[in-house]
Amino acid sequence: MLDYIKSYLDMNATPGQAGNVFWATVYIFVVFGGVSVAVMAMNWLERKALAHFQIRLGPMRVGPHGLLQPIADALKLLTKEDIIPSEADKFVFWIAPLIILCASFTVYIVIPFGPTHAITDLNIGILFMLGVSSLSVLGVVMAGWASNSHYPLIGALRSSAQMVSYEVAMGLAVVSAILMTSLNKTGTGTLSMIGIVQAQQAQQTWFLFKFFPLGFIAFGVFAIAMVAETNRAPFDLPEAESELTAGFHTEYSGLRWSLFMLGEYAAMIAVSSIAVTLWLGGWMRPFPNALAGETWDLVFSLFPGFTFLALAVFCFIGVARMPKHPYFRIQTIGLAGFGAVLALIGLILFAPPVRDRIFDIYWFCIKVAGFMYLYIWYRATFPRYRFDQLMKVGWKVLLPIAVGVLILTAVMGVIF
Amino acid sequence: MTDPTTYLSHLELGQPDKTFLDSNELIINMGPQHPATHGVLRVILKLDGEKVLGTECVIGYLHRGVEKIAEHRTYTMFNPYVDRMDYVAAVSNGLGYCEAVEKILNVQAPPRANYIRVILAELNRLASHMLWLGTHALDIGAMTPLFYTFRDREEILKIFEKYCGARLTTHAFRIGGCQYETYEGFEDDVKKFLDFVPPKIDEYEELLTTNRIWVERTKGVGYISGEDCIALGVTGPVLRASGVKWDLRKAQPYAAYSDFDFEIPIGQNGDTYDRYIVRMQEMRQSLRIIRQAIDRIPEGPIMAKIPKVIKPPVGEIYHSIEAPKGELGYFIVSDGSTQPYRIRVRPPSFVNLQALDLMVRGQLVADVIAVIGTLDIVLGEVDR
Repeated sequence: MLDYIKSYLDMNATPGQAGNVFWATVYIFVVFGGVSVAVMAMNWLERKALAHFQIRLGPMRVGPHGLLQPIADALKLLTKEDIIPSEADKFVFWIAPLIILCASFTVYIVIPFGPTHAITDLNIGILFMLGVSSLSVLGVVMAGWASNSHYPLIGALRSSAQMVSYEVAMGLAVVSAILMTSLNKTGTGTLSMIGIVQAQQAQQTWFLFKFFPLGFIAFGVFAIAMVAETNRAPFDLPEAESELTAGFHTEYSGLRWSLFMLGEYAAMIAVSSIAVTLWLGGWMRPFPNALAGETWDLVFSLFPGFTFLALAVFCFIGVARMPKHPYFRIQTIGLAGFGAVLALIGLILFAPPVRDRIFDIYWFCIKVAGFMYLYIWYRATFPRYRFDQLMKVGWKVLLPIAVGVLILTAVMGVIF
Repeated sequence: MTDPTTYLSHLELGQPDKTFLDSNELIINMGPQHPATHGVLRVILKLDGEKVLGTECVIGYLHRGVEKIAEHRTYTMFNPYVDRMDYVAAVSNGLGYCEAVEKILNVQAPPRANYIRVILAELNRLASHMLWLGTHALDIGAMTPLFYTFRDREEILKIFEKYCGARLTTHAFRIGGCQYETYEGFEDDVKKFLDFVPPKIDEYEELLTTNRIWVERTKGVGYISGEDCIALGVTGPVLRASGVKWDLRKAQPYAAYSDFDFEIPIGQNGDTYDRYIVRMQEMRQSLRIIRQAIDRIPEGPIMAKIPKVIKPPVGEIYHSIEAPKGELGYFIVSDGSTQPYRIRVRPPSFVNLQALDLMVRGQLVADVIAVIGTLDIVLGEVDR
């Protein structure tokens, strides 16, 4: 048994490539569980960060600093009455959230958290991701249609138009990044997610800085399009709260509604992963060439442990600042316990065998987390675009830029 | 049961189609329970896709019969009721009512009382504009300014609370002057506030004025010309943003406004962006007025000599003031008894709301929200 695990750990391929069904299943559970936890954490973080942008405290009551709030929310949503409007198309109404959820979770099959840390490595990985993630628009349209109500219908129409038109710009930006992968001796590019990162490794640069500023612009186009693609502020028209109450999921409540939320946040993480993979060097640590060498490798591999220790320190500061009232005792103990767990994880991450195996996952997650923070930041800062302006930005601004960048990238590729 | 409003006049709604999908036109009900209709306004929208073909405002969900109540109360007893109309600018409502009754009684509030009135009314204008800005920005999708404006509005409400014990429905003034002398430290509080607020207004402007999305969302949206404003009786910042320099504080000065030096900001384009700019400038002008008033506030009595039982002579009077939202007028008919025979309020929100249909026709659904926000209506005042 131990030998079996050990033999796997020393393997140099993803479980999918190795054809190992058992490990692939384990990976699927780990990744999906991890994403679900990340969504809950994101839920808490968004509320807290947004609150602090807006000089509020955010959730403070459920657990220390509202840490248990996502769990309380989940429980509340699970126990709510499941309402299907009597005039709704029941089957379509029932299946729409599932489609969104499946679409946004399926893409995680090809996301490379590390050279060997992916469920599988499809040779058409990026194509698969874009294809599957755009299926979620189907769920949105079905939800809006099946509700048989005006606001959801308008929301669904907006959403489908928006997602379809931003996919074009997004696709073209992706193509220019893929074009960059073919800039090697043999001239063959790759669509494999792992291959794309390895191409960046081979070319000694993140594609963000390739042919500066071309890679940068392509990344910018993608970064804007991906916000629109996931229906987030400032492109959150389909669920524009002040206009359409809740857009396409107005009629949904309880568990079904939470599936939409889960799908939305999972999709946000998924598209951020695409951006990280294509332009930000995926799992690679920063400055792999400028700060190369054994020492720097060691320094950067200590980052994960230090991150967790820093989080633990924040917890302990929180403990010290807790009011010294008996009423807060349980919360204080809970926060201290949480800090202790984080510190323990941090210490475990310092152990060399663990350190070497997770530091690629760490760098990938940190980059994705940066994008998640940007999502919250956008939401706190920007007003919402109007529908026609949104279309204008998509077709008249982003699309020409994306085409231009693509052509220029091709030209540069031929010249150099 | 068919909704009676489906038969309403100019929308030509007629019999509803079998399903709304059979026609290109979509009739949706915005409100009375809707996050962006500022209370309980109900707007029936006739849409072609996203384009607005027509609107119909249905009001009255907050009708409390304020004007009828007045007929069964003495003049003094009715005073607190007016605070409940425009509850975000209660001081202005009280000021208008007290001055109207003073006018029919033919008494003058003493100068010190007038100065206190101006200070509080201008503070209230700031509070009202701050609330407007926050909710308007929220409607257009910018969440954050709401919390900033509420934080700063809180300082104003604190001054009100210290002055008269109430934060919103202040009942700050009495017929003939003010009930309360300013509290110890009132001037310091106001001066501190005057230094505190300008950077905050800069902060709001920083978030919005040059924000690309904000400009795109507001420029050219909800256009109304000066002539149309006058024809519809629209007043206040909406009128001024259309280029008409009309402000009752200058046109027919009341209270102590003739003593102060201030400007009337006007716009040119009559769109949502100009109305935003006009209100932002008005906030700065209000600060200017308050600064002058607090520097020059005279000593003296705060209450004129008025009879214990107020019995105005037979007659009628109309008195209007520049409330934050526009011209707020009181028409009082007295039959010589202790109770008014009839009071009619000319609320700015109610009249301004008429312009909604004109402003949004042919525009998009999202613009309806922007325009409702920019009209700065308070449903308590619309329905009374």
